[in-house]
Amino acid sequence: MAAKTLYDKLWDAHLVRQNEDGSALIYIDRQILHEVTSPQAFEGLRLAGRKPWRIDANLATPDHNVPTTERSAGVDEIVDPVSRIQVKTLDANCDEFGIVEFKMNDHRQGIVHVVGPEQGMTLPGTTVVCGDSHTSTHGAFGALAHGIGTSEVEHVLATQCLIAKKMKNMLVRVDGELGAGVTAKDVVLHIIGVIGTAGGTGYAIEFGGSAIRSISMEGRMTICNMAIEAGARVGLVAVDDTTIEYFHGRPFSPQADQWDAAAAAWKTLVSDDDATFDAVVEIKAEDIQPQVTWGTSPEMVASVSARVPNPANEADAGKADGIRRALQYMGLEAEQKITDIQLDRVFIGSCTNSRIEDLRAAAEVVKGRKVAATIKQALVVPGSGLVKAQAEAEGLDKIFIEAGLEWREPGCSMCLAMNPDKLGQGEHCASTSNRNFEGRQGFGGRTHLVSPAMAAAAAVTGHFIDVRELMQ
Amino acid sequence: MKQFTQHTGIAAPLDRANVDTDMIIPKQFLKSIKRAGFGPNLFDELRYLDEGQPDQDCAGRPLNPDFVLNQPRYDGTSVLLARENFGCGSSREHAPWALDDFGIRVVIAPSFADIFYNNCFKNGLLPIVLSDVQVDQLFKEVEATEGYQLTVDLERQVVVAPSGETFAFEVDNFRKHCLLNGLDDIGLTLQHADEIKAYEARRRQKAPWLFDAIK
Ligand code: SF4
Repeated sequence: MAAKTLYDKLWDAHLVRQNEDGSALIYIDRQILHEVTSPQAFEGLRLAGRKPWRIDANLATPDHNVPTTERSAGVDEIVDPVSRIQVKTLDANCDEFGIVEFKMNDHRQGIVHVVGPEQGMTLPGTTVVCGDSHTSTHGAFGALAHGIGTSEVEHVLATQCLIAKKMKNMLVRVDGELGAGVTAKDVVLHIIGVIGTAGGTGYAIEFGGSAIRSISMEGRMTICNMAIEAGARVGLVAVDDTTIEYFHGRPFSPQADQWDAAAAAWKTLVSDDDATFDAVVEIKAEDIQPQVTWGTSPEMVASVSARVPNPANEADAGKADGIRRALQYMGLEAEQKITDIQLDRVFIGSCTNSRIEDLRAAAEVVKGRKVAATIKQALVVPGSGLVKAQAEAEGLDKIFIEAGLEWREPGCSMCLAMNPDKLGQGEHCASTSNRNFEGRQGFGGRTHLVSPAMAAAAAVTGHFIDVRELMQ
Repeated sequence: MKQFTQHTGIAAPLDRANVDTDMIIPKQFLKSIKRAGFGPNLFDELRYLDEGQPDQDCAGRPLNPDFVLNQPRYDGTSVLLARENFGCGSSREHAPWALDDFGIRVVIAPSFADIFYNNCFKNGLLPIVLSDVQVDQLFKEVEATEGYQLTVDLERQVVVAPSGETFAFEVDNFRKHCLLNGLDDIGLTLQHADEIKAYEARRRQKAPWLFDAIK
């Protein structure tokens, strides 16, 4: 039998039907629903008189525009009318169709991409879809996970299948040992800096190599989360003991009598040794320093010790122009030191970095320190109610609050500014999220993507600083 | 999806090139949670004199008397005559949703934007490309004759004018098949329901832990 990549195996295992035009029907094991991209899908079902194909493949939770301030008064008290209607509509649709939903004030509510794995809904070898492009996150578990559009959400609800075309295979291999203070976020930002935001277009990217193997499940999720920022709709990490270990005792994980069979099946979810990839990128772990984005695209990234680029040194006129425009939007000077960038706000959260390990890393840095006087606001938004509870059990909330950071309720929050957490015009934000596009965190806002530890370091110093200087 | 076989209805001339999706349905209405109900805001900026707000009752708003669809002779329009590059702009499906909700079943133009053209078929709307000369002729006839109706026969691929003159049009066979039978992507996939069920049964055997776990 021909050698297969992990992606090939997942694709083949879900193929229901190959059409003549090259498209295929693939079976979807899991769909996660949230309030923004599901309403028209449910309405479409209703208009056509259809029922969901399989209720037990779905899980819903509102996250994109729930308030993250005190909200015990419930959905009726959400101030923004559009948010309120969307959250209420999700509740009503899930009730009507009998879909399991963690409602806004359920202790298990949270960001879809944090909740799915945390509940054992996402499992190795599954196909996972959600109407959100960062669904690539779930590939960290050896699952084939896609972001999809609203009409596809409806299609999956109605048929349990997706019409898809097979992608090409890319391997990004990171070998060696990561330095202290260098995290999964730095790894993925560095990779995007190397291959560019279109580097992965048309590919499913498998992240491999000894450095990736050494990273925890949380970190692997951070890496796969941002595969989409490198242009790849799918990111993957092969299953190993770390993966299998993660699922012990999770609510939707295989039960005791099924566990051994499941674990045995999961162990096969690796690329064959002699599998061929259409493209291979090799990266040395030792080359990766803490990263900071200086521009308006995730590929506009540099090491914290570096300087902002000078468009005059860029030979390609189009690229030079892009740099110029980005610097202007970001209010930065060419060749300015990254560490001289002053910040107004700090956001620790989002589906990229809001899991317990992220909060621990940030807390370790701010412990015993104070948020700099020039910082207007520093937010910590846990990814789910369970992450929040865990952090509180470890006393992390107290560390943050004592240092002067705000401790919030779970949700997407300032990642996309659909709820009231937003940047003001011209404000610089050290953010652990995944997109630094113009206006992403609020009109005229300037986003710098960093790891949780780097964001925490920026909070206590007021500017970017190599977090390793604070760790000595 | 709605079937489309044959349709006869009032035609109205929208004499403007490059009508984009924002003109068809402006941005402020996209936050809605529905796909029905966009009809009152179809062509909002052309149709009303004030600026439309989401969730507003459009009944009391000042109408632009010059806008073609506001003229009583075009009441009940279901065939829209348009100029080149109709539907350019974003990929969102709100534009065909709005046209459909207003009651438009057919749009005839010399050319359409690609994505919009595709989205029409997905939503039971028939976009028809005729030549510049033919579209011009229809514009003239419709403007000259109150109560002017066009008949569109998808099976025969012709537009029939009141005079009996026919205009042949092209349509992709597969799309024609889908419209004639009211098949959308979901309908098409459901034609393979047996294959999906067979796959599912195999999957349940191989990975029983993926079933009945989320409840
Ligand atoms: S945290 Fe941000 S990127 Fe992640 S799901 Fe929410 S809005 Fe999307």
